[in-house]
Amino acid sequence: MSRAVIWRTAGLAVLLAVVALVPLGNNVVVTQVGVLVLLYVGSAVAWNIFSGFTGYISLGAAVFFGVGVYTVALLVKHLNLAGGVVFALYPLAGLVAAAVAVPFGLIALRVRRHTFVVVTIAVFFIFQLMASNFSWTGAAIGIIPPYLNWNAATVWNPFYYTALLIAVVAIVLAWAIWGSRFGLQLRAIRDDEDRARGLGVRTMRVKLTAFVISGFIIGTLGGLYFYYQADALPQYAFNPFFDLTIALMAFLGGFGTLAGPIVGALLLEPYLGWAQQAVSNTYAAEVVLGALFLIVIIFLPRGILPTVSEKLTAVRASRQRRAAERAAGPPPGSPVGATPAGTAAGGAS
Amino acid sequence: MGTFLRAITDGVLQGGVYGLMAVGLTLIFGVLDIINIAQGIMVVLGAYLSYVLWTHLHIDVFVGLLITIPAMFLLGVAIQYLFIRPLRGRERTSMSLLACYSVAIIIEGILYQVFGSNYLSINNYWNSPRAEFKIFGYYLQYIYVLGFVLAVVLVLAIYLMLYRTQFGRSVRATMQDHTAARLVGINVNRVAALTFGIGVGVTAVGGMVFGELNAINPNTGYDLISRLLAIVILGGMGSIGGALAASVFVITLASLVDVYWNPEWSTVVFYGALVLVLVFRPQGLFGRKEARAQ
Repeated sequence: MSRAVIWRTAGLAVLLAVVALVPLGNNVVVTQVGVLVLLYVGSAVAWNIFSGFTGYISLGAAVFFGVGVYTVALLVKHLNLAGGVVFALYPLAGLVAAAVAVPFGLIALRVRRHTFVVVTIAVFFIFQLMASNFSWTGAAIGIIPPYLNWNAATVWNPFYYTALLIAVVAIVLAWAIWGSRFGLQLRAIRDDEDRARGLGVRTMRVKLTAFVISGFIIGTLGGLYFYYQADALPQYAFNPFFDLTIALMAFLGGFGTLAGPIVGALLLEPYLGWAQQAVSNTYAAEVVLGALFLIVIIFLPRGILPTVSEKLTAVRASRQRRAAERAAGPPPGSPVGATPAGTAAGGAS
Repeated sequence: MGTFLRAITDGVLQGGVYGLMAVGLTLIFGVLDIINIAQGIMVVLGAYLSYVLWTHLHIDVFVGLLITIPAMFLLGVAIQYLFIRPLRGRERTSMSLLACYSVAIIIEGILYQVFGSNYLSINNYWNSPRAEFKIFGYYLQYIYVLGFVLAVVLVLAIYLMLYRTQFGRSVRATMQDHTAARLVGINVNRVAALTFGIGVGVTAVGGMVFGELNAINPNTGYDLISRLLAIVILGGMGSIGGALAASVFVITLASLVDVYWNPEWSTVVFYGALVLVLVFRPQGLFGRKEARAQ
């Protein structure tokens, strides 16, 4: 265990503890926004497992989200469920979303780049139209869950911890995939798909697996959203803004990196949540969001994290060089510990 | 039989207008290799411009095109210069897509600020009952025919510009190979900016006709862009004739579904057709390679 690893583990533990303590502040609004922040962290990380790792930009993640919302909504409605039982349905929502992801992926993943993006948008609109036109989805009226007669001060806590759990699972999963053989195959596809196939990667199977995993996680979060929002409406369940937002988050933080989407979501969603609550006019918030993103594209084209970590690595390397020179004492040229492994390589993720 | 003919006429005439908007999109794709997701909201912007010119300044929408086309053209050139040109590197495709998306939500936000979320319609001579004639036992407004003629004339003009002028030659060279085009002395940046301008400029016309035929609100852009994308993919990305043909085909199909089944489902036809084509013929009905070699 190098010192950097210990520091990083300790830092993560402290961060997790702080995040877990948030609801104990008993500030209802903070917890309520916190649920959304965690929901977006989880979604952006899940999106990144597919889109970030493979380079296929999907604007159809809201399909999984919406399928999750409607799965829980329909089950609650037809089985007359209420209260805590509903939380047990989230994995089921994920499974249904994953089941939808299989045919979706089989069709969409036949094409690449722009065409892929367009196909995901098209599939997304098919789902939105189905939700607004079928009678069993409640159409434009939607499906309203039974009223929760929980204590108003702590009503959001279960949602908060469930969202936290899903987000942590998503992050751990992303981390495990990143370094694994599977993750390397995904990244090989991102770099050069034809070459990866030439080297023996079963590209379709690998892409589809990542697509389904990503769909599962986003589906569970959709399930969570139904009770949180207390309504299943086509325009909120299948929301084009959701697709755009998570893509922006991942790009803001650093596209295709592990921590990028987390940082992006943590930076953006509090702003969006606040804008929705505090500013009566969400359109102004929209304009600011768009402008912000254009600025990021022009000045930090690779996202915040890769740019910052490059700077940090450079600073660290020069500091270590100086420390090594000092430790070496009188003979000036000796390179003791001048290039500590791990710090430079670990900086990018 | 009258219903059937009416549906076909409607589809073909409106298909021409959608075709013009789609040609702008496909031209931008062919030259710059990016998808202008903002094309939908730009059509809506064009419609709002015509609305403002008519409602506040009493400038007829057709005369207003003399103002709105250059305005949209300049907007396109500015967007290309500011946000598309600086993009470099491996992520260029996806970044350009998101840059266009950002431009779209900025325009959408501004339109909401200025006009609110209520549906507006241009109320003038062209969509009043006075401006119509009888065909197949139905009344058809002149604006349908005029819009179609205008769209076809403009598509033809773009086609002639591409295949009969020196500038068109440089555009086609840039479409085929950026590096080679640069090597033979074509100013690729200038070609890209002008193409983006032309692609966006045609939305002024599309928007005017769309605004005459439909009530608009800033949210209409989403509906439009999804239709246009479906058309462009069906026609084969980068193919001008393909975009026009696919547009007439799909809009006619949707118009038939409208009449014989249910208007709510006609939109599904776009996407259904799109998914089917992608399963059986991933390069679109008029594949990009043939289109480019034309």
